[in-house]
Amino acid sequence: MSVLVNKDTKVLVQGFTGKNGTFHAEQCMAYGTKIVGGVTPGKGGATHLSRPVFNTMNEAVKNTGANASVIFVPAPFVLDSIVEAVDAGIELIVCITEGVPTLDMLKAKRYIETVGGVTLIGPNCPGIITPGECKIGIMPGHIHRRGKIGIISRSGTLTYEAVAQTTKLGLGQTTCIGIGGDPIPGLNHVGALKLFQNDPETEAIVMIGEIGGTAEEEAAEFIQSEVKKPVVGYIAGVTAPKGKRMGHAGAIISGGKGTAEEKFRAFEKAGMAYTRSPAEIGSTMLELLKSKGMA
Amino acid sequence: MNLHEYQAKALLAKYGLPVQQGVLAASPEEAAAAFDKLGGKFAVIKAQVHAGGRGKAGGVKVVKSREEAAEVTKSLLGTRLVTYQTDALGQPVNSVLVCEDMYPVERELYLGAVVDRGSRRVTFMASTEGGVEIEKVAEETPEKILKVTVDPLVGMQPCQAREVAFALNLKGEQIGAFTKLMLGAYQAFVENDFALFEINPLAVRASGELACVDAKIGIDSNALYRHADLACQRDKSQENERELKASEFDLNYVALEGNIGCMVNGAGLAMATMDIIKLYGGQPANFLDVGGGATKERVIEAFKLILADPSVEGVLINIFGGIVRCDMIAEAIIAAVKEVHVTVPVVVRLEGNNAELGAKLLSESGLKLTPADGLADAAAKIVAAVKA
Repeated sequence: MSVLVNKDTKVLVQGFTGKNGTFHAEQCMAYGTKIVGGVTPGKGGATHLSRPVFNTMNEAVKNTGANASVIFVPAPFVLDSIVEAVDAGIELIVCITEGVPTLDMLKAKRYIETVGGVTLIGPNCPGIITPGECKIGIMPGHIHRRGKIGIISRSGTLTYEAVAQTTKLGLGQTTCIGIGGDPIPGLNHVGALKLFQNDPETEAIVMIGEIGGTAEEEAAEFIQSEVKKPVVGYIAGVTAPKGKRMGHAGAIISGGKGTAEEKFRAFEKAGMAYTRSPAEIGSTMLELLKSKGMA
Repeated sequence: MNLHEYQAKALLAKYGLPVQQGVLAASPEEAAAAFDKLGGKFAVIKAQVHAGGRGKAGGVKVVKSREEAAEVTKSLLGTRLVTYQTDALGQPVNSVLVCEDMYPVERELYLGAVVDRGSRRVTFMASTEGGVEIEKVAEETPEKILKVTVDPLVGMQPCQAREVAFALNLKGEQIGAFTKLMLGAYQAFVENDFALFEINPLAVRASGELACVDAKIGIDSNALYRHADLACQRDKSQENERELKASEFDLNYVALEGNIGCMVNGAGLAMATMDIIKLYGGQPANFLDVGGGATKERVIEAFKLILADPSVEGVLINIFGGIVRCDMIAEAIIAAVKEVHVTVPVVVRLEGNNAELGAKLLSESGLKLTPADGLADAAAKIVAAVKA
C-alpha cells in the first residue's frame, strides 16, 4: 500500500514535448513510472520518448486509460490544463509549474470541488513519489527507499533533506507528497494527513511546513483529534523577516500572521513531536518510534 | 508588486469608486500649481512611498497656501521616509500627491480585501473603525471587522455589499453608493489580479458622500504578464537595491542583518539553512535561493550579491544536488570563487549525486573552501569560521 500513486498508476504528461516535460518525463520513465503518453496541442499523432502524443486530454485518456497527469505547461496555461485534465476524467493531477496566478488557483480549486473525486497536487511543487513504484515529479528518485514513513512538505529540496535523512536511518518512505509552496495549494497538509492516516503501510508521518498562512496550525489541530500515528513536525523560516516573501509565493508573514513560532506553538499545543533543526528530522522520528517501541 | 497611492486611486476611479481628488507633483512648482488647480482653502500633501504609516512619520501634511504647498513639498522630496512599515533606511520620496481637503468628515470607515488562504476565497473586510491600523482593530476588537467571502463561481453579489452597508450604519443614498463602490472594488480586484486591496480611511463626508481618502493595492506578481498596463507602473526606486539586482538574474534574495551569507538551492531549504545557522549561534546575512540549476553563472552572480553586503564575514553554500551532479556544482563553485576573488571563508555542503567527489574537488582546489558533511556540520563550521 501507499497513497495516491503506485505501480499501476498510468500517467499522461501535459506539456510533453517541451524542455521540462521531456527531461522529467524521461527521468520518471527511467524510475519505472508508467508514462503512457502526453499532450501537446498540434502535435497529436507524433511519437515522443517512444510514447504517443495527443492533441487533447480527452483523446489521450480514451486511448491510454490514464488516471493521472503531470503538468509542465507554462504558468499562464495551467488553469486551462487543470480544467482539461478534470474534464477528461483524470483523478490525480500533479502540477509542477511555478508562478501560477493566485486567482487562477481559486477558480481551479472551485472547479475541482464542484466536480468531485479529483486530487490536485501543487502547483509549484516537486510532485509525488511512492519509492520503487511510481515517481510523478522532479524529485531525485535515487534518494528514496521504500519504508514506513509518509512525508508531507511545502518545499522541494527541504523534502529531499527529510527523505535523505529517513533513508539514511533505514526508516524509508511509503509515499512523499510535495504539496507545493503556493498560498493556495491543491491538496493541503490536512488532506495529505488523512491519506496517510488511512494507509496501513504508513506507520508514521513527517510534516514539513514553512512560514505563511495557517495550514500547519489547522494540521496540528487535525493531528491532535484525528491522527493516531506518530507525527514529527518541522517549520522553516524562524529567521524570516516579516512582510518579505521568502522565495515561495506562499512563504510570507503578513499582518503579523503565519510566523514559524506560532506554528511551533500549535505543534506544542497539539502534543506533537517536532524539531527545530532541519538536520534532525530523521533522528527525531527515529527517537519517537523507539520510544513507542516501533523501531 | 505594489502600487503608489496615486496609481491605486487612478485605477479605482476607472471602476467608478469615488476617490479623493489629487494631482501628482514631483517639484515644489508643480505642487504650488496643483494647489491652485484643486482650488480649495486647504490641501493635503502626501509623500508617495510604498509604505503605510506615513501620517505619523511626517509624510502627510495639511497646507493652507500655494507657497506652503511648495515649501512642504520641497522639504519632502529627496528625503527618505521612515515609518513603522519600512526598514531603518526608509523609502525614498520622489513625488507627492497634492490632495483636495476632505474635512470635515463625519466618520472614517475601512474597506479591504485579500485572497484568504484558509477559505480559498477573495475575502472583503469592512469596519467602522477606519483611519487606524486595521491589524490593531483585528487584534483588540475582532468583532468590529465584518467579513464577506466571495465564491468565484458567482462573484460578489449586491446582497453581500448591501449587508455590509447596513452593518456599517450607512443610511439612505449611502447604501446604494456603498454597494456600487464595493462591487466596483471586487471587479477591480479580480480583473487586475490584486493580492491586496485597502481603502483606509473610507470617509463619510459631512455632505453624506463617500470618498476613498487613501488606497493601497498590491498586485499578484505571478499575474503581471497579463497586465502590461500595471507592470509598467512598477517603481523600482521603492525596492531594495540588492533584491532588485537579484531578481534580474532570477535569484531570490532577501537581505537580513547577520554576517553569514547563504547560498542555497530551493526556498524551503534556504530558510532552513538560515534557521540552522541561528540554532548554532550565528546570524544569517541573507536568504538566497539559486534555484534548481546551480550553474557557474548563477553561482557567480549569487556570490557578487552576497559579498556586496559589507557585513558578510563568511558564506555557507548548501546545495542538495538532486538530479544535477555534485561534482559539477563543485566545479561551478570553484570557478566562481576564483572569478569573484572571494576572500572570506566559504563552507560548502553538497548532498546528492557524486557528493564525495564534489567534496574532494573542493578540498583539492587550494581555495578557502571547507567541505561539510551534512547540514549540522555545515552550520557548526561556518559559525566557528566567522567567530575565529
